[in-house]
Amino acid sequence: MTAWLQTLGASTLASLATLGRSVQFLVRVAGGLDELARRPSLLVQQMHAVGVLTLVIIMVSGVFVGMVLALQGYYTLVDFGAEQSLGVLVALSLTRELGPVVTALLFAGRAGSSLTAEIGLMKATEQLAGMEMMAVDPERRVIAPRLLAALLSLPLLAAIFTLLGILGAYLVGTAMLGIDGGSFWSQMQAQVSFADDILNGMIKSVLFGLVAGWIAVFNGYDCMPTSHGVSRATTRTVVMTSLVVLGLDFVLTALMFD
Amino acid sequence: MADLSPIDSEDVVIDIRNLVFARGGRRLFDGVDVSVRRGEVVAIMGPSGTGKTTLLRLIGGQLRAAGGQVDVAGEPVGSLSRRALYRLRRRMGVLFQSGALFTDLTCYENVAFPLREHTELPEAIIRHVVLMKLEAVGLRGARDLYPAELSGGMARRVSLARALALDPEIILYDEPFAGQDPISMGALMQLIRQLNDALGLTSVVVSHDVDEALSIADRAYVISGGRVIAAGTPAELRASDSDWVRQFLNALPDGPVPFHYPAAAMADDLRAGPKP
Repeated sequence: MTAWLQTLGASTLASLATLGRSVQFLVRVAGGLDELARRPSLLVQQMHAVGVLTLVIIMVSGVFVGMVLALQGYYTLVDFGAEQSLGVLVALSLTRELGPVVTALLFAGRAGSSLTAEIGLMKATEQLAGMEMMAVDPERRVIAPRLLAALLSLPLLAAIFTLLGILGAYLVGTAMLGIDGGSFWSQMQAQVSFADDILNGMIKSVLFGLVAGWIAVFNGYDCMPTSHGVSRATTRTVVMTSLVVLGLDFVLTALMFD
Repeated sequence: MADLSPIDSEDVVIDIRNLVFARGGRRLFDGVDVSVRRGEVVAIMGPSGTGKTTLLRLIGGQLRAAGGQVDVAGEPVGSLSRRALYRLRRRMGVLFQSGALFTDLTCYENVAFPLREHTELPEAIIRHVVLMKLEAVGLRGARDLYPAELSGGMARRVSLARALALDPEIILYDEPFAGQDPISMGALMQLIRQLNDALGLTSVVVSHDVDEALSIADRAYVISGGRVIAAGTPAELRASDSDWVRQFLNALPDGPVPFHYPAAAMADDLRAGPKP
C-alpha cells in the first residue's frame, strides 16, 4: 500500500514537473518569435514541411468525411422529409466540429509525429547541442519556427478540410441522392452564421494548432536522446495531442454554443 | 602534482578552480583544477566515464557546476546571463565526438551555417570563407556531399571546419581520435597541432587515446575518480612514478584500477543460483 502510494506520488510529481517544464519552454519559445520577423524564410520552410506536406491527407479525408456525412445525414433527414436541409447539417457539423477536430487529429499523426521525431533525432545526434555551442539558440532557430508554423497551418488546413467536405457532400447529395443543388446552398447560406459557426470553428482550430504544435515540439525537445526515447516521444505526441484536442473540444463546445 | 611553472594570470584563457559537479548522486568532479594558457594545446585524459565530456560542457556553459569556478577568457561561465553566455560561445569552437553535423545540409552549408547565423556577409564572401575553411581541413572537394556520404574521419574534419568558421580563440575537441583509422587519426593530429599554431588558437583535447593526445599536447592532465591525479608536460607524465599513471599510460589491464567491476566472490555468486 505504501509502495503503491509512493509510486502514485512520484508519477504525479513527475507529470507536474513535465507540465511545468513545458510551460516554461513555451514562454521561452514565444519570447524567441521576434527573430522570425527578421528571417521569415525560416517560417516559410516550416510552413511547407508542416502545412503543405499535410495537404494531401487533409484533402482526401475532407472529401470522404463530407461524402459519408451526406449519406448518413440523408438517411436520417429523409424520414422527416427534411432532406433538403442536408446542406445545413453538413456545413454545421464540419465548421463547428469535424473540420477543426478531425484536422487536428490527422495533423497530429502526420505533422506532429514528424516534428517530434525530427527534433528528437536532432537532440540524439547532438545537433541541438552543437547549435548551442555555435552560439545559435535552438529554441529560436529550430523550435520557434516549427511551433508558429503549426499554429498557422492548422486553421488553414481545417478551412480546406471543411470546404472540401462540403463539396463532397454536395456531389453525393445532388448526383447520388437527388437533392436540389439550389436548396442545398440557399439553406446553408440562410442558416450558417459567420460569427457563431465559422468564427468559433476557426478559434477552435487556432487553439488546436497551438496545442498540437506545442505538444509536438516539446516532446521532441524533452525526449530521452536515444532511439527508444525518440520512438516513445513520437507515440506520446500522437496520443497526447488526440486526447487533449478531444477534451479541449468538449470544453470549447460547451462554452461557445448554446 | 607536477609544477606548472609560474602562470601569468593574463595568459590563462581557461581557468577551472576547485570544480565540483555531481550527477545522479555521483560526484563526477570533486575539486578539479585545470588551467589552460593562451596558445597551448592541453590534453585532458582519463578512463571512460570520468566525465571528460562533461568537463567540456562545463567549459561551454551547457552545464553548471555545483561548486568551484570556471572562468573562460576572464568571464565566469557559471554565472553569466544567457545573452552573455551566447556572446562568449562565439569565441569558442567545439568539435563533438559525433561531429554533430546537420544531416540535412551539405558540407558547404554546414560550414556556412554559423556565418549565416551570426553575420550579414554577402554570399560571395561566405563562399570564400567556407572554401578556405574546407581547404584547411582538406575537404574542399567534398563540399557538395551530405554528412551521410562522409566517412567518420571526414565528418570530423568538416565539423572542425565548421567550428573554425567564425575564427574562434578557443577550440574544444571531444574525443577527436575515437574510432578513427590510423590515416585519419594522423590527419586529425596534424590538423589540431597545425591549426593551433597557425591560427594562434588555444586548444583543449579531451581524449583517452594516450599516445596520440600526448604527442600533440604541450601539457596534459589525467583525471580519475573526480580528481586531477597527474599533470604536466608529456615527458613529465611519462616519467611519473605513480602506479596509477603508469597503468593508464601503458595500457596495463590490471593494477590500481581493477580489471573486475566490484562484485561478490565468484563462488558465492555461482552458488546463489537464479533469483527467485
